[in-house]
Amino acid sequence: MKHNLPLLVCVIAAIGGIARAQQQTPTPARFGIGRPATPTEIAALDIDVGPDGQGLPPGRGTAMEGAAIYAAKCASCHGKTGREGPNDVLVGRDPQGVFPSGKEVNVRRTIGNYWPYATTVFDYIRRAMPTPAPGSLTDTEVYSLVAFLLAANEIVPADAVMDAAALPKVVMPAHDKFVVDPRGGPKAKAGSRDRR
Amino acid sequence: MNRMSRRTVLATVAGAMASRKIGGAQAPESTLVDPTKKPGRPSRALGERSPFEKPQRVPRGASGAWTPHQDLMGTITPADLHFERHHAGVPDIDPHTYSLLIHGMVERPMVFTLADLKRFPAVSRICFLECSGNLDRTAGPNTTPQRLAGQTSQSEWTGVPLATLLREVGVRPGATWFLAEGQDAAVLARSIPIDKAYDDALIAYGQNGEAVRPEQGYPARLLLPGWEGNTNVKWLRRIELSDRPFMTREETSKYTDPLANGTSRMFSLVMDARSLITYPTYPVTIPRGWLEISGIAWSGYGKISRVDVSTDEGRTWTPARLQEPILPKAHTRFRHLWNWTGAETVILSRAVDETGYVQPTRADLLTFRGPSSTTYHMNPITGWRVRLDGTVVYREEAWG
Repeated sequence: MKHNLPLLVCVIAAIGGIARAQQQTPTPARFGIGRPATPTEIAALDIDVGPDGQGLPPGRGTAMEGAAIYAAKCASCHGKTGREGPNDVLVGRDPQGVFPSGKEVNVRRTIGNYWPYATTVFDYIRRAMPTPAPGSLTDTEVYSLVAFLLAANEIVPADAVMDAAALPKVVMPAHDKFVVDPRGGPKAKAGSRDRR
Repeated sequence: MNRMSRRTVLATVAGAMASRKIGGAQAPESTLVDPTKKPGRPSRALGERSPFEKPQRVPRGASGAWTPHQDLMGTITPADLHFERHHAGVPDIDPHTYSLLIHGMVERPMVFTLADLKRFPAVSRICFLECSGNLDRTAGPNTTPQRLAGQTSQSEWTGVPLATLLREVGVRPGATWFLAEGQDAAVLARSIPIDKAYDDALIAYGQNGEAVRPEQGYPARLLLPGWEGNTNVKWLRRIELSDRPFMTREETSKYTDPLANGTSRMFSLVMDARSLITYPTYPVTIPRGWLEISGIAWSGYGKISRVDVSTDEGRTWTPARLQEPILPKAHTRFRHLWNWTGAETVILSRAVDETGYVQPTRADLLTFRGPSSTTYHMNPITGWRVRLDGTVVYREEAWG
């Protein structure tokens, strides 16, 4: 077979030229926009506490110390003993040993029976409580409140000291009751009549 | 109702529409002079609605306000009618001092100002945003679509793909989750699987062609198309990469689904398919004759493939017409022509999405989830009862 080589070269060049004309500017690996974060500014914002205790600050507190803080700063919204509301009920595991799953009616979901990690109590109080003055509590006050709430829920003894070492070791009654959405999440595809 | 022009046409077929209201308020007696006999108003810097149109969000306490679906048409929610939901109020944030920190399991922890975010290549997309608590379980017959399910809205969002920012900071091997944290008084925080960042997550600063509204996260928010509203963290100040979820309060004690099998489901992040009739619904009264049943359907898993409508309380179902373009993870308008003969009935809609998922009934949901699991991710088929006198009310259902 005879090839018309010059013509073929021209055609390829023309196609290549068109392709080049239509090509978008390639995306660089990095744009170089933004600036490095300093350790100081990271530390100022990095307030999260993980379930393994990572992020817990120095400090310590007991239920007795927490009771006084609770009465002064929390009881007006959560009730005198943490059971009365009007906002979220914090205390109570009645009936004992019952996890308030979807089949349980008239069982109130509390820190004691529904929160799977004690570290979450610290994280949430420190970031968002008390509602009128969020972020105003010292780390020691937060440890004390956590100790108070865990003791009131009969999860730790009344004289337990809560600190960065002790808190991650607390095993909550609801710890093994949660399952990560088994329906396949975003990857769920065909035939999903069972996705309830 | 913002449907007067179409209604006017229909009225010639269906007869007088005397009982219909305009914009949720009784139409005022017209004292306007013939507009062809005097010059109109001059132009102005900022437009506003016709004084005859007064759609309103309905505030629910201090922490939310719902979209008036019965007053809307098409699929885009005007930004000032987009539902709002927050845990500690709407913060005022100065866009000049705003910044987003990305750190944790990254090569280069970095800070991006709002101007920085806007320098990156932008994308725009239309998608719905729905709170996973979007069902008023206490609703009685006199309930509008707004009160029942006004916590879903749709916008065209503009922003920078989170994947672009992650390239900029360099994600370290092993990072599988990230924490997204807001700058509000709740310092709201959620853990997100990193796959979503590489899929379609945006840091959004634009909403329907203008800056994101304060109630929607000004000056910049996380946008996770199709995922429960709470994960779309507003007033975003920080993203931290990690090799595990952080187990914040919002993904453990809240936004989890207790199940009938004795466990509770966490990280149920995608919003399941749902549909909602928006006309005719309470509080309208319909005349006998032809009318168009209309509503919205959406799925966090992708496109709506079909919406069935029943005008006989679920005995028979007919596919409704779907308004193009049908976009993934977006409100899709459906319409169904109906000749109401005057008999009492219940009209219903049922969404099917491209995965084959069929919108469940209340009974389906309660059987699987259990009688006390009615707070989150409830997407039941919803009925509207048409009574002999043409009044339309919500078909009440007991939610435990």
